[in-house]
Amino acid sequence: MPMILVDGQEIAVKEGENILEACLNAGLDLPYFCWHPSMGSIGSCRQCALVQYQNEEDTKGRIVMGCMTPVVEGARFSLKAENATEFREAVVESLMLNHPHDCPVCAEGGECHLQDMTVMVGHRDRRYTGKKNTYRNQYLGPLIHHEMNRCIACYRCERYYRDYAGGKDLGAQASHDHVYFGRHEEGILESEFSGNLVEVCPTGVFTDKPFLKQYSRKWDLQSGPSICQGCAVGCNIAPGERYGKVKRVHNRYHDEVNGYFICDRGRFGSGYLNSDLRLDYAGIKKPDGSFFAVHQQQALETAAGWVAGKKVAAIGSPRASLEANYMLRELVGKKNFVPGYSDSEAELIGSILSILQSTTAINPSIKKMESADAILVLGEDVTNTAPRVALALRQSVRNKAFELAEQMGLPSWQDAAVRNLAQDQLSPMIIVSAVDTRLDDVASQCVSLAPDQIASFGHAVAAALKGGKSDNPEADATAKILKSAKNPLIISGSSMGNQGIINSAAAVAEALNTPETMLSFCIPECNSMGLALLTQNDACSLADLVNKAPKLDALIILENDLYRRGDRAEIDQLLASGIKVITLDMYENSTLDQSDLVLPAASYAESQGTLVSSEGRAQRFYPVHSPAVERMPSWQWILQLAGAVGHKKLSALEHLDQVITACAQSNKDLKGLIDVAPLNSFRNLGSKIPRQTHRYSGRTAMNSGVSVHEPQQPKDLESPLSFSMEGLNRGQPSSLTPFVWSPGWNSNQSLQKFQSEVDGPLKGGSSGVRLIKSSQSGAVVSSEVGEVTLKQHQWQLVPMQQIHGSDELSAHTDEMAELAGHGFIAIGEKVAEKLSVSPGDGLLVRQGDLECALEVRLLSRVAKNCIGFSVGYAETQGLIAGSLVSLEVDTNWQRSSPEMIASDKAAFEQVITEGGAHNV
Amino acid sequence: MSDTRIIQTDLSSVLTVEEIAEIDHELVHIPYKSGAAIDALKIVQKARGWVSDECLQAIAKHLEMSSEELEGVATFYNLIYRRPVGDKVILFCDSVSCWINGCDDIKQAISDKLGVDYGETTNDNAYTLLPVPCLGACDRAPVMMVGDELVTNLNNEVVETLFASGKSGGKQ
Repeated sequence: MPMILVDGQEIAVKEGENILEACLNAGLDLPYFCWHPSMGSIGSCRQCALVQYQNEEDTKGRIVMGCMTPVVEGARFSLKAENATEFREAVVESLMLNHPHDCPVCAEGGECHLQDMTVMVGHRDRRYTGKKNTYRNQYLGPLIHHEMNRCIACYRCERYYRDYAGGKDLGAQASHDHVYFGRHEEGILESEFSGNLVEVCPTGVFTDKPFLKQYSRKWDLQSGPSICQGCAVGCNIAPGERYGKVKRVHNRYHDEVNGYFICDRGRFGSGYLNSDLRLDYAGIKKPDGSFFAVHQQQALETAAGWVAGKKVAAIGSPRASLEANYMLRELVGKKNFVPGYSDSEAELIGSILSILQSTTAINPSIKKMESADAILVLGEDVTNTAPRVALALRQSVRNKAFELAEQMGLPSWQDAAVRNLAQDQLSPMIIVSAVDTRLDDVASQCVSLAPDQIASFGHAVAAALKGGKSDNPEADATAKILKSAKNPLIISGSSMGNQGIINSAAAVAEALNTPETMLSFCIPECNSMGLALLTQNDACSLADLVNKAPKLDALIILENDLYRRGDRAEIDQLLASGIKVITLDMYENSTLDQSDLVLPAASYAESQGTLVSSEGRAQRFYPVHSPAVERMPSWQWILQLAGAVGHKKLSALEHLDQVITACAQSNKDLKGLIDVAPLNSFRNLGSKIPRQTHRYSGRTAMNSGVSVHEPQQPKDLESPLSFSMEGLNRGQPSSLTPFVWSPGWNSNQSLQKFQSEVDGPLKGGSSGVRLIKSSQSGAVVSSEVGEVTLKQHQWQLVPMQQIHGSDELSAHTDEMAELAGHGFIAIGEKVAEKLSVSPGDGLLVRQGDLECALEVRLLSRVAKNCIGFSVGYAETQGLIAGSLVSLEVDTNWQRSSPEMIASDKAAFEQVITEGGAHNV
Repeated sequence: MSDTRIIQTDLSSVLTVEEIAEIDHELVHIPYKSGAAIDALKIVQKARGWVSDECLQAIAKHLEMSSEELEGVATFYNLIYRRPVGDKVILFCDSVSCWINGCDDIKQAISDKLGVDYGETTNDNAYTLLPVPCLGACDRAPVMMVGDELVTNLNNEVVETLFASGKSGGKQ
């Protein structure tokens, strides 16, 4: 390790890093703006200036930029030299020339990197008395608020949005002191990762718009370490709460999973938690179909009466915690437990699990995926099915650039130079899909094939890899690319509902048979994998349950809207079969309406539990605040019900830790559950870890508008975290870090004080336990591929997952619903021409007896005879992936044109009336 | 896929055949289409005097760039006009040699004569007045360009003669 001298102090540094990173690693506070650990250095802001000396005799030295200066053995630097401190202060003073004095009304205030740096460099008094530049702000959609006056032109937003996340519609405009960061014209930001601008911007130019509408300072938010429930990737998040409302979600760093970034569904999709549809009280159905509210105890007594000594079945849920599913399964017995995903999905996920448990390939973390130098995507639109993975793939294709840089001796952090060197050269990524995907722009090749043909393509690649001759030149070429790669990555998943595609991906990975081959699958929900591990393919199917329902007395449904899982008629039959239906859920839905007793479940922000991500990583989420009103975590409802009916095994349990232990002992694949996070008894230097910041204000007064009696702080009996500000949020295992803050570092940049080194794992380790262990025996899969015979004028339906709209829960958030738009049918240009329809027109889609009138969208590429439809939308409920449909122009269709959505329209009208300038 | 832009224009007919031919001629010489961005903007500006939003979008589409990317280029350069300018643009040098030789007074004289300040266009649309840092003719300072013509050794008389017919007044 090279040694350098900083202000006379010897510091061991990492070979090849820059002096800014070296200083931060040594715990020294060197201010910076434009540098970002995942985006490297461009030396644009001049803030990390320090003095470098030639040798021992050199007493004057020269100013260098920390982020642009590599460390070498024996180098001498000074942070404290007067010219360096003066320089850094001058930089802030010059930035302040145009920065408004609006901190008190700025959403960034209190967690602003610019505030922190201003204090750090000691700049206090402003000498400039002239006019400040002002700008017009843009309407950027429902998620991001724009306030250009605050800009310090660090270029982080553009570098993140365009260079890192691949967005095209945000850029730097103009030059010198009137640089402007925005769109060419007002409109919704197109990137699925736009929300990270909020955290990337060192000041308040881009802020969280929904948060602004119900704003609280960072120091007034109560936060909890949580796991995103938006998809199966398992990104770590830190939601912030006040007055019983989850107000915003921030990224929570995990070096192997989400790093610094999450997708917009993860950041903005939790608005449903505050929705009016949430249940507050238990309810028993009256004969007229309405419910009357009852207290927890009465609800439990009623439920116990229907369950004790009776024939009971239960339906679990891939969006509920492992613990709740486990409890329910134990309560009713394996044979009476339906996992809760649709039967076809159960098979697909079961097969993915068994492939991952036997494959010779690596099952990679997201960070590992970023090392891939050749990628084959089979059948997935990763940006919509596992968004954060897609962001990682956008980094993987840059490995070509890093390879070129290495040959030139360029450090990888020299961002501008590396990009300049590589221009548009990318590592190969071949996307084989039925319709266009949101990664097409960085793919070296896109192949459009119908679902079954995607599987055939995969098998042809596998055959070519094994030395056989496929009669498909594209597959041969793909095989050649994968073979010559060091770290090839195969990605597939369940979104097409096609077993053949999953099998073919496994076949390619096995055929590659190198130690560095990676194989990853995208699966639908936050705990789909957990359910598969829990049930081990030993469960009752939904179809079987429907058949045996008449013989049952009661059915318990856990956090699941069955109408999203199976055929409407079948579910109607199940719920109307005369059995008592008890449903636990967070919010009103069609299944709940059909139940006899509803129990209000606490949301993920009010409860604790474990989720297993698509890579098999079990991670614990903790409550952000205590459950409101009469809500209770599902595992606790089931535990109390088990107690009330005198269930032998379950009634012996009391705390979640005991439930987790029992669950871990129940099957060998779940053994690791015990080590996912510390036990309830863990204490950090003797005290619990606070969820509130030490300056949390008004704790005893914030409810005085309702009652002047000061309520006791709620107690968290199940975790080492407290609903309080006392205690120590430092040095604990990283699964228990509710927020980041460090003296002098109020913004999220304080994260570096929690990292073991710049961009490295957190000091408390990389949390979670990977539960899927492969036997390495090699996945054995069938090479059978389905076949579809189309009649004339028939098309095959291809499911299209939508990041905004397809997910059940986040779709109940206003902003998500706005972005989701209407359910749609997506067709190629040729079909549109043939039917004489254009985007926004209506088409009647006939699938058997079902007829849906859907809005037309155009695809830029599509496989022959295929059309896409939006999955998970109310308008498309009942449409089945892979089924054959006919199309007809809907003559009664009312266009919602001009194509303009509500907020666009409002903004547009505002622009018209105010002559262009407006502040939202 | 779904286009969320507020105003949708048919971009295919914005650029003329001649403009496209000239842009395509530039494309022959470069490996990346976006490399022709500046030339394409100049070509369109030469024909129209300035680059409108529609033109910019059409050029961006032609060069397979996003409008934002091309806007960054267009607005970076002072001499690509993103707003309409007068028939002739006066590029008035306010750099050091011209300043020493008294350009401030001459600028005032022009402003008085034409009734416009920097960034403004006369009401009859004859002139737009813009500052420029240097025209490379310091030996004959103060200097300015009026349209394509370089005017050197400026003084009040030169201004008076040059804009004698100048219909003065008004701002835009």
